[in-house]
Amino acid sequence: MQTIVSISNVSKTYASGYQALKDVSLDIRRGEILALLGPNGAGKTTLISIICGIVNASAGTVRVDGHDIVADYRITRSRIGLVPQELSLGAFEKVWHSLCFSRGLFGREPNPAYLEQLLKDLSLWEKRYSPLMALSGGMKRRVLIAKALAHEPTVLFLDEPTAGVDVELRKDMWALVRRLRASGVTIILTTHYIEEAEAIADRVGVIHQGKLLLVDDKEALMHKLGKRQLVVELEAPLSAVPEALGAWSLELAGNGTRLVYTYDPHKAHTGIHELLQAVRDAGLVIKDVNTIKTSLEEIFVNLVSVKS
Amino acid sequence: MNIYAIRVIYKYEMRRAFETALQSFASPVLSTALYFVVFGSAIGSRIASVGGVSYGSFIVPGLVMLAVLTQSLANASFGIFFPKFTGAIYELLSAPVSFVEVLIGYVGAAATKSFLIGLIILATAGFFVPLHVAHPVWMFGFLILTCLSFSLFGFIIGLWATNFEKLQLIPLLVITPLVFLGGTFYSINMLPPLWQTVTRFNPVLYLVSGFRWSFYEIADVSVALSLAMVVLFLTACLALVWWMFKTGYRLKQ
Ligand SMILES: Nc1ncnc2c1ncn2[C@@H]1O[C@H](COP(=O)(O)OP(=O)(O)O)[C@@H](O)[C@H]1O
Ligand SMILES: [Mg+2]
Repeated sequence: MQTIVSISNVSKTYASGYQALKDVSLDIRRGEILALLGPNGAGKTTLISIICGIVNASAGTVRVDGHDIVADYRITRSRIGLVPQELSLGAFEKVWHSLCFSRGLFGREPNPAYLEQLLKDLSLWEKRYSPLMALSGGMKRRVLIAKALAHEPTVLFLDEPTAGVDVELRKDMWALVRRLRASGVTIILTTHYIEEAEAIADRVGVIHQGKLLLVDDKEALMHKLGKRQLVVELEAPLSAVPEALGAWSLELAGNGTRLVYTYDPHKAHTGIHELLQAVRDAGLVIKDVNTIKTSLEEIFVNLVSVKS
Repeated sequence: MNIYAIRVIYKYEMRRAFETALQSFASPVLSTALYFVVFGSAIGSRIASVGGVSYGSFIVPGLVMLAVLTQSLANASFGIFFPKFTGAIYELLSAPVSFVEVLIGYVGAAATKSFLIGLIILATAGFFVPLHVAHPVWMFGFLILTCLSFSLFGFIIGLWATNFEKLQLIPLLVITPLVFLGGTFYSINMLPPLWQTVTRFNPVLYLVSGFRWSFYEIADVSVALSLAMVVLFLTACLALVWWMFKTGYRLKQ
C-alpha cells in the first residue's frame, strides 16, 4: 500500500505550555478511510491542524505525497481539503460565492460546472443564493464539506463530521464518505463515536492524551482485542454466583437472572463447553443463551486503561 | 504566485462593499456633505481665504483625506478581523497562499474602495465649491499611497484586534484625533508657535499638506517631506505585517 500522508515524530506544545501531541508517527495510506478515535482533548484537532497548516508543529515532520508541508506548502495544501470541527463560516455571503472563493483560494481556475455538481450532490443547489447565516446547522456542515471539496483535493480531513448531527444526516455523511473514497479520495476523519469508526473506517488510530496508542485495520483490531461475552439466562434468579462456577470468574447481571462469561473467541479453547456443563451440574435451569461481541468502545476503554 | 487566490480575495472583498453600497459609499458622501455645510458654509463664511484659497475649497483635500483614512482603516481591519471572529480564517490559513497574496487581495480591495470613495467625495465637493487641481499626477499619487498605507495599517489592526472593541480602539482614540489635529480644517500657520511644533509630530499633517499642495500649491511642509513620510509609513506597515505573518502573530499557534 502506498503512503499518501506520512507523519513522523510530531509533537506540539501550545504557548500555554500544554503538550497536546507527544511524538506521533503515522502513515496514512492512499485511498483509505482512517478514523482517528479519541476522547475530547486527545489531540485529534491539533494533529489535523498541523497537517493542514493551521498550527505549527513544535517538532517532527509531515509529508504529503512526498512533499514537506512546510517547505512545499503550496503543493501539499492544494491537495488537502479540510472540514473543520466548528461551523466556522462567514455570515453574509452567499453559498455560491463562498464556494467560488474556496476554489480560487486553493489555486484552481473557476469551474462552475464542477461546483454546480458538487452542490447538487450535497443537496445544496437550491440554497446557492442563500446567505450562509440563514442556513441550518446541517446545511452549514454540508457547505463546509462543499468548500473543502471545491478545489478537488485528493486528501480530505473531516474533523468530527457527525458531532451533534442527527441520525439521518449521519447516515448521509457516511454514504458521502464512501462515495468519496470510491472516487479515489483518501479520507481521515476524527470522531469520539466508536460506532462511527466501526461503521466506515478501514483503519482506526486510537489517540489519547496526545499519544497515538495504536493504528490497525479495523477488523484486525477487533480480532486482536475483541472479546466476546456469553450470556446465560436462567429461569430462577440467583443471589450469588455458585461456588462450583468459581473457575470462570462470572458476573451476575439482570437481578441475578443472567450469568455473563467474558472469553476470547480466538483461543483454541474457550471454556464454553465446560461452563454450560457446570451450569447444568449446579442444578440451574438455562432459559436462553446468547453471545455478544464487544464494541470498539470497550476495546477503547481497555486500551486506555492498560496503556495509561 | 497564486493568482486565483488574489483574484477571489479581491472579488470577495469588493462584493462585500457593493452589496452594502449604501453603507460603503453613501454614508461617507453624506458625512462629507455635512462637513461642508458646517465648516464650509456656517464657519467658513467668517474665515477669510487661506493662502489665497477660499476656506470652502481649502478644506476639500483635508476632507478627502479624512474619509479615505477612516474608510481604509475600517474596511481593511474588518475584512481580516471578521473571518477571525467567525473562525472562517481557518480556510485562509490552510490555503496554498503566502502573505503576499493575502495582502494584495485584502489590502488591494480595501485601498480600491477608499480610492473610489475619495473620488466620489471630490466629485461631491465639486458641487459645493470651485475645485482646482494644479498637479493631478501628484494628487492621484498621494491619494493612492494614502489608500494603500492606511489600508495596510487597517489590516494590521484587524490582525491585532481580538474583539470588536479593540477593532474600534485605534481608529477612534488615535487616528480620529490625529486627523482633526493634523491640519485637515486649518493651516498650521493659524496655530500658536508651540502647537505648530507639536503638530509637526503628527504624521497626518504630512499627508494632508502634500495632498493639498497638489491642489492649490500651498503647503505647511515641503512636498518632498510629505512624500517621504508617506513612503516611510507604508514601509513601516509592510515591515510590521511581514513580521506578523512570519511569526504567525495572532493567527497561528
Ligand atoms: N490554542 C491552544 N492553546 C492551548 N491549549 C490548546 C489549544 N488548542 C487546544 N489545546 C489543548 O490541547 C488539547 C488537545 O486539543 P484538541 O486537539 O482540540 O483535542 P481533540 O480535537 O482531540 O478534542 C486539549 O487539552 C486542548 O485544551
Ligand atoms: Mg477536536
